[in-house]
Amino acid sequence: MDTKMSNEGNVTTLQQNAEVAEALERTYSAGFVTKLETVSLPPGLDEGVIRQLSAIKEEPEWMTERRLQAYRHWLTMAAPNWAKLRLDPVDYQAISYYSAPKARPKSLAEVDPALLETYEKLGVPLHERAALAGVAVDAVFDSVSVGTTFRKQLADAGVIFCSMSEAIRNHPDLVRKYLGSVVPTGDNFFAALNSAVFSDGSFVFVPKGVRCPMELSTYFRINAQNTGQFERTLIIAEEGSHVSYLEGCTAPKRDENQLHAAVVELVALEGAQIKYSTVQNWYPGDENGKGGVYNLVTKRGECRGDDSKICWTQVETGSAITWKYPSVVLRGDRSVGEFYSVALTHHFQQADTGTKMTHIGKDTKSKIISRGISAGRSNNSYRGLVKMEKGAENARNYTQCDSLLIGKKCGAHTFPYIEVKNPTAIVEHEATTSKISDEQMFYCRSRGIRAEDATSMIVDGFCKTVFRELPMEFAVEAKKLLEVSLEGAVG
Amino acid sequence: MLKIENLHARIAGKEILKGIDLTVNAGEVHAIMGPNGAGKSTLGNVLAGRDGYEVTAGTVTFQGEDLLGMSPEARAAAGVFLAFQYPVEIPGVNNTYFLRTALNAQRKQRGEKDLDSMQFLKLVREKLKVMKLPDDLLHRAVNEGFSGGEKKRNEIFQMALLEPQLAILDETDSGLDIDALKQVAAGVNLLRAPTRGFLMITHYQRLLDYVVPDFVHVLAGGRIVESGDKSLALRLEEHGYGGLAERQPAGAGA
Repeated sequence: MDTKMSNEGNVTTLQQNAEVAEALERTYSAGFVTKLETVSLPPGLDEGVIRQLSAIKEEPEWMTERRLQAYRHWLTMAAPNWAKLRLDPVDYQAISYYSAPKARPKSLAEVDPALLETYEKLGVPLHERAALAGVAVDAVFDSVSVGTTFRKQLADAGVIFCSMSEAIRNHPDLVRKYLGSVVPTGDNFFAALNSAVFSDGSFVFVPKGVRCPMELSTYFRINAQNTGQFERTLIIAEEGSHVSYLEGCTAPKRDENQLHAAVVELVALEGAQIKYSTVQNWYPGDENGKGGVYNLVTKRGECRGDDSKICWTQVETGSAITWKYPSVVLRGDRSVGEFYSVALTHHFQQADTGTKMTHIGKDTKSKIISRGISAGRSNNSYRGLVKMEKGAENARNYTQCDSLLIGKKCGAHTFPYIEVKNPTAIVEHEATTSKISDEQMFYCRSRGIRAEDATSMIVDGFCKTVFRELPMEFAVEAKKLLEVSLEGAVG
Repeated sequence: MLKIENLHARIAGKEILKGIDLTVNAGEVHAIMGPNGAGKSTLGNVLAGRDGYEVTAGTVTFQGEDLLGMSPEARAAAGVFLAFQYPVEIPGVNNTYFLRTALNAQRKQRGEKDLDSMQFLKLVREKLKVMKLPDDLLHRAVNEGFSGGEKKRNEIFQMALLEPQLAILDETDSGLDIDALKQVAAGVNLLRAPTRGFLMITHYQRLLDYVVPDFVHVLAGGRIVESGDKSLALRLEEHGYGGLAERQPAGAGA
């Protein structure tokens, strides 16, 4: 175990000139490091490390066994290379698989003030009275959850909202029943790795007929160096229940790449509705492509019951590399899957993202709206699979993916895959690629609007259909985030 | 207000303006006429600051300032407005939002306070009413799916709201049916003021029946070859631009 103290990456101490500092801060305002005593496992991965991790988390034997099985499976697999990404090989032995603040709080009142300050700075207040009205927050710092707000109010409604570690200890039956039921251990290389070493994440259970009384939200923060974050989130919505969940993510500026390999599973039973929104703002690397988070994520929801609905909304502006395809398996008849995405890449960022809609039940419907924006020398790909299985009578899909290019050195790519095994199914796909034209730019400027503001305005208009799907407060947030991420994209 | 002296400009290496001299004073309406390719639109674009045009000689001062040294947004804030020949569509951006952003951006550059939503909405409603334009203009995306006539009316509406010192209308009459033309002309007439100058670029004398200019200039081959009053436009209508070539040497020294 070691203790880390660090203040690198803290831009303000390096810059005397306040204006320059401000400009730098604006480019990635979440890039600071929190000084905190941490408990970490040394880098490296073997069965011993997994046992140790499981022991620290006081997990039952069945969980340890699951992890080991996943690890053994992972050893037989190779990293996927089909995405349109230039990805340096990851040295899995150089990563620490556990890092946590040394002081383990029993309640929010005991949380280290430095930590609370971190979340305040990020705009995520953990004090319940100060928290956003009507939003319950779970904060995950490196490998552990540091606090969940509004527990009592949620418990009164019968909703369980806690960290995954707690769920494994306190609700083992639910976890055993549902964990891995949507994304099996051996689903893919990164999912297998996650299943072996996942540290923390959120657990949500909404019982039959309950409409969750507030927005649920998890805030993920990678702080420690050379640490991977392997979050695991599971949301279960029982018959006729409703829940809306939002996650936000940031990390300090570091020169090395950091690994984030998450797995998120959603289960919607009959008539249940789950809305899952992501505002992803991991550190994207600097303007020369140095550093940044590798965001390699498996997200999948299953509409297990009839008439259920799952909706994914994502705003992806961060990460050096994004590999992510939030998907819906439409098993129940008349179930509905939706995917709304805005992915913005700048400088040397690479994104290969999209969705999979697998129609199994009758009269199932899916809708995919994707907006990709590329600036700088970045590459942005949409990759999507729409699959109509044999039994998917009268299933329908509508896909619309549009790309917007800013500048001459970036790329936008679309890879739609369509498999139809039922002749009554209807699949529609529309795609466009456009540039912010010189005409649009001059038009705005001739009305008095600065080039940078004009760019944000045009991009904002382009993303509008997706922003509409975000919870109100976060739509504003997302808009601001796009503006900041586009700094210096013009001229 | 606007003083253009010996202005030469080229695009992609080709010289289009070959020595323009023109003065517009506050309160005056100048019409610029001339055949296709004479450089009429180039003149408008150079004054508004569009990229791709290279000024090779000459000066332009606006309210005593060097206009050519200013960015397009600074020119707008200083009071120059160009009504586009082909207004540009900006999908997803609400017209009201666009106008408010533009107006506040100009106010900010001039060191004035932002208008808040309420103040702005009041102003917009007032202008709509005066210009006799439908409300739905406000709720649509900038020029998206607008008919040709709607686009041109939207330009005039923007002008009414931004209240420029100098308005350059680049073929605002082209593509309009007679009713739309009358409506646009009425809008322009409403904005005529002792403090405001107009430069109307047009092919046809038709517009000038409704917006009567103080001066008419004929632009041909990159130069102003003849200037006069409203009667010049009528003579052109009768004889066409065909006879201009012979007159060109006379105007060359102007």
